[in-house]
Amino acid sequence: MSFLRRRKASLNPGPPDSDHEEDEKEKKKLKRQQKKKRRKEKEKEKEKEKEKEEEEKVEKANSKGCRVAPKAKKWSCVDSCCWFIGVICSLWWFLLFLYNAMPASFPQYVAEAITGPYPDPPGVKLRKEGLTANHPVVFVPGIVTGGLELWEGRQCADGLFRQRLWGGTFGELYKRSLCWVEHMSLDNETGLDRPGIRVRPVSGLVAADYFAPGYFVWAVLIANLARVGYEEKNMYMAAYDWRISFQNTEVRDRTLSRIKNNIELMVATNGGKKVVVIPHSMGVLYFLHFMKWVEAPPPMGGGGGSDWCAKHIKAVMNIGGPFLGVPKSVAGLFSIEARDIAVARAFAPGVLDKDVFGLQTLEHLMRMTRTWDSTMSMIPKGGDTIWGGLDWSPEGYYNCSAKKHKTNDSIKPCQNDKRSQSMKHVNYGRLISFGKDAAELHSSKLDMLDFRGSLKGRRSHMNTSTCDIWTEYHEMGVEGIRAVSDYKAYTADAVLDLLRFVAPKMMKRGDAHFSHGIADNLDDPKYKHYKYWSNPLETRLPHAPDMEIYSMYGVGIPTERAYVYKSTSQSECYIPFQIDTSANGGDEDPCLKDGVYSANGDETVPVLSAGFMCAKGWRGKTRFNPSGIRTFIREYEHAPPANLLEGRGTQSGAHVDILGNFALIEDIIRVAAGASGEDLGGDRVHSEIFKWSENINLKL
Amino acid sequence: MSSVRRRRGSEAQSKEIQAEENNKEEEEEEKEHGEDDNDKNKKKKKMKDEKSKEKQEKKRKWSCIDSCCWFVGCICTVWWLMLFLYKLMPASLPQYVTEAITGPLPDPPGVKLKKEGLTAKHPVVFVPGIVTGGLELWEGHQCAEGLFRKRLWGGTFGEVYKRPSCWAEHMSLDNETGLDPPGIRVRPVSGLVAADYFAPGYFVWAVLIANLAHIGYEEKSMYMAAYDWRISFQNTEVRDRALSRIKSNIELMVATNGGNKAVILPHSMGVLYFLHFMKWVEAPAPLGGGGGSDWCSKYIKAVVNIGGPFLGVPKAIAGLFSAEARDIAVARALAPGFLDNDLFRLQTLQHVMRMTRTWDSTMSMIPRGGETIWGGLDWSPEEGYTPSERKQNSNNTQLTGQETNKTNVNYGRMISFGRDVAEAPSTEIEMTDFRGAIKGHSVANTSCRDVWTEYHDMGVEGVRAVAEHKVYTASSIIDLLQFVAPKMMARGSAHFSYGIADNLDDPKYQHYKYWSNPLETKLPNAPDMEIFSMYGVGLPTERAYIYKLSPYAECYIPFEIDTTAEGPDEDSCLKGGVYTVDGDETVPVLSTGFMCAKGWRGKTRFNPFGIKTYIREYEHSPPANFLEGRGTQSGAHVDIMGNFALIEDVIRVAAGAKGEDLRGDQVYSDIFKWSEKIKLRL
Repeated sequence: MSFLRRRKASLNPGPPDSDHEEDEKEKKKLKRQQKKKRRKEKEKEKEKEKEKEEEEKVEKANSKGCRVAPKAKKWSCVDSCCWFIGVICSLWWFLLFLYNAMPASFPQYVAEAITGPYPDPPGVKLRKEGLTANHPVVFVPGIVTGGLELWEGRQCADGLFRQRLWGGTFGELYKRSLCWVEHMSLDNETGLDRPGIRVRPVSGLVAADYFAPGYFVWAVLIANLARVGYEEKNMYMAAYDWRISFQNTEVRDRTLSRIKNNIELMVATNGGKKVVVIPHSMGVLYFLHFMKWVEAPPPMGGGGGSDWCAKHIKAVMNIGGPFLGVPKSVAGLFSIEARDIAVARAFAPGVLDKDVFGLQTLEHLMRMTRTWDSTMSMIPKGGDTIWGGLDWSPEGYYNCSAKKHKTNDSIKPCQNDKRSQSMKHVNYGRLISFGKDAAELHSSKLDMLDFRGSLKGRRSHMNTSTCDIWTEYHEMGVEGIRAVSDYKAYTADAVLDLLRFVAPKMMKRGDAHFSHGIADNLDDPKYKHYKYWSNPLETRLPHAPDMEIYSMYGVGIPTERAYVYKSTSQSECYIPFQIDTSANGGDEDPCLKDGVYSANGDETVPVLSAGFMCAKGWRGKTRFNPSGIRTFIREYEHAPPANLLEGRGTQSGAHVDILGNFALIEDIIRVAAGASGEDLGGDRVHSEIFKWSENINLKL
Repeated sequence: MSSVRRRRGSEAQSKEIQAEENNKEEEEEEKEHGEDDNDKNKKKKKMKDEKSKEKQEKKRKWSCIDSCCWFVGCICTVWWLMLFLYKLMPASLPQYVTEAITGPLPDPPGVKLKKEGLTAKHPVVFVPGIVTGGLELWEGHQCAEGLFRKRLWGGTFGEVYKRPSCWAEHMSLDNETGLDPPGIRVRPVSGLVAADYFAPGYFVWAVLIANLAHIGYEEKSMYMAAYDWRISFQNTEVRDRALSRIKSNIELMVATNGGNKAVILPHSMGVLYFLHFMKWVEAPAPLGGGGGSDWCSKYIKAVVNIGGPFLGVPKAIAGLFSAEARDIAVARALAPGFLDNDLFRLQTLQHVMRMTRTWDSTMSMIPRGGETIWGGLDWSPEEGYTPSERKQNSNNTQLTGQETNKTNVNYGRMISFGRDVAEAPSTEIEMTDFRGAIKGHSVANTSCRDVWTEYHDMGVEGVRAVAEHKVYTASSIIDLLQFVAPKMMARGSAHFSYGIADNLDDPKYQHYKYWSNPLETKLPNAPDMEIFSMYGVGLPTERAYIYKLSPYAECYIPFEIDTTAEGPDEDSCLKGGVYTVDGDETVPVLSTGFMCAKGWRGKTRFNPFGIKTYIREYEHSPPANFLEGRGTQSGAHVDIMGNFALIEDVIRVAAGAKGEDLRGDQVYSDIFKWSEKIKLRL
């Protein structure tokens, strides 16, 4: 539009095309003189040029237009293109200029005009209430969200020194993807750096404030804390390399020592005020590990003494913590699939998912993620006791659609048969079933063949040319694969065996660093080993009766809980299992969708995992919590953003987006400013976590 | 070019006709809107005629706008094409080109020393200097909306151009306290990113970091001791706990690196900051860090000072006195050329001056030691220095200056009003004392009031009194600044001191204001520690100034450097009103070298425990060609951080070498000769 206007306006100063036009312009007496002069000059110049052209193209030189309108030129396709690009560019720049000239608060005005005035951000609101920075704050980011940068690389990564390989724009992933995969992978035996490659976590608040440009992780929380007076001297980002096992972060990078040191420093320089720790996602497990490490004696631990936590920590505010693991990680490790797997799928864009490409990409990703020990920290813990057996599960009768009504979701058909669904029993306990019928049959009817003893076929008929990519599936052979699928249904316990069968090397590394069981006797000296430290069911909380533990998480979003698998029937170079996306529950079982049974949660972590420890496992004085640390559950009902302008929403309950949830931020700021759990109003529960916890028979 | 070719090639295409017709119709329509009815009719007729006639013709009419668009389009296309090619280019291509031209490049020191088998040993701490560290906004006024945690200083400086007055407001500190003004919190960036690059492509520490990384350093063994370089050293602790953080991080790194002591690398003002730190950390708790009297010997292997202004910088005077200096890094870089002209200039300079004067740290670099160090009216340690002498050695092009007249330059007169005064013998100068002069009450019209400098309080008499004193030496300059800017100096003298101690055991020297002055403190009890002073030489460096009164109206800085004062020939020390001497372009050799050459050499009263000192000078040589960027042999104040010889020395020390392993001193300048002339009781 603006362009048209401009073009019109420029007709006047533009060169005349004919005598006729000249007449017209004589009527308009403005600027006549100038134009004449200019025209004469131009005519002279152009005529000279034209003479040359005329020699070349005699047949065209005769034309009248050429003589009268000296500026006329050939309007070719390329010219049109150039012209077009020019217009686009000019417009773009113009808009960009306008955008830059626009006051920063403009979008807010527009949004307010549409939706009515915004609520104050929690930081502003609480500042008005008079809250100020009190306790220092420590952020512990989760898996994936922390940036990683290159410190030493191979030839192909030239020029990437101290550039982010993970986080930021991911530009290198697209430019040199193989090189990128090579550098992001760890050594398959040790789980540490491969020779000649050093990839290290970014440090400081920038490590995880934004994951990618515009995609906040901690930034909103940081900004709100800054409003009440926080700055870098009392905020600390405990960034660590989330690919390697927790203990290895200390062995390789001294990360745990750094965290300890920084917490001590902040407590000392802030007048002895204890810190409030805010772990998110896998950071929750990492911080459990830290609390055990810091009090353990030196060779293996930090040697802080048995009262370190009591002296330095006021509260641990876990956000979306997978205390008991995440079913999604099983799918991730088993076939690197998951409905919206955050670890890797996001980076395999749609195009790559197809055809031959797709398999290669997935296998590349699988090979890479399988070298990351940390993924194994999130395999479901507690086995059948927690996650349910073949015929029962704590969530037994969860009504998948009931929640949706409240949040006016678009899935309307479910409403009709609400009653019938609510009675439907879902076998959540079967984390993996082969075939939909296997998932639904009663256990007595299931025909399970034990896979554990079965022989793995040597890869006899492997054609080596195509499969240059290594995953352990190649060593399984056809028999192994058949044995796996013949077992039909896997519970949480069996899943561990399954993974050990399918990926023995990976699990060997994993078992050295993580444990997924339940302790019978916590006094057993074996539990002093670090591999138990991140499992809340095999450790005691520290002796810190004044400390508080919060579990804050979103609810109201269907979350992956169990999978229906099928074996793929393709050639050799592939992952032999995939989620049976054709398995849909339809109306009578809305929890099953595209091969995934979902339960209530925050889209990644089911309520059971995030809430159980604080709801029951640690509530009061239990054997896991001998000093009676108080626990609080704070649930945040998910509400999608009201409109596009709100971005990722201020009431979201999704796993990462919850870090922008105003209610959650308000709670955190209040605690950081000195409030206790009771001041917040104790528990705040929307889900049935307490009921479900009752279903779990765990010796406390 | 390519576009022309393309155009010709496509001329024959039949599409042209269509395009032509379309465009004609468009034009027609437009004209219909634009002209009145008569014209329209006429034109229509005409156009129809033309249409029929030109149907076969492949001519087009181009309006100006079309040409513009076409042009822009071409540029864009070509640009994208180039960009695409550039992206396709292997990253090592520039290197190949360079090597093809100049022969193979030497290995960077990190690679070279890795081949020698050196590995990371001692943890390394960087202490950046003034200006080079990034600052970011944590809380601001309305006008700074959307800048939360964005860099106000460092990076692209985009905001300086977009909203300059807002920027100056946020960068300024409170005029009374030297701390944050209410409602504004600007804080140093932390981590290695704080000062690896000052602006995109302008490295500070980045080259050194990259080379250290080659032999195995990473973030667990490197620490950037970033601090807010605007505020006074002690205030960084009071406000940000910066000193505590440094202490804690050094302790952590030593503990997690198998007890290997840290190697400290302070640069520029960071040198003074670290002197302050060493006193602070051993001082008892309320005022100091309470680390105990052996902290330094337990945790520090060596302090490798790079370009350290131990005794201050004459440039700081010009900066404080009139916000001028030949290439003042502090502020001038931000007042781009076009703002330097006419009325603009004065306002800008005054804005800049008002801002920089709230920065206490600038006062840490006022020359210390007075006339004892910097020379009196008739003598100076460097007298007899001829710049051409050493230039010849470094096969410079300026061979003409061989027969420079050997007239002594009175470097001791740091500020002289008029060139004749600067050269006359002291007996002929009539000095009127300004100290008692009455400051006229400001007759300034209040319109200038929005730009605050203390000159408005001085009045005409005060200004005249200053000018009539004619000549200022290092000691009288302190008085001058106190007269000219009493409020600023009141803040400054609470945090810094510029004298020489008579008796170092005097309990008053336990106050923190003396801690950054090497002439008023003792080095810590750490006999195993080593102190290096590394700096560039061979560049003319500001040493003394010729001033004049500026003849403007009320709203101005009443003094300016007399840029018309030039030396007799192009090789002389006087240029543009500035006397220069050997140095690294910012700090004269005297200031960087004296303490290590004499003040601390052996066991002196300033160094009672005999810490070993070494001087490492690096002769400046400009980059051989354009492709080398800022050069690998530079001796300039900041560019020296990319000097391969210096980096090699630093890496060797970090990997465990001692001063003797580096073959002790490496000296090109006359620093030892000059130091001998300074009569300082040791």
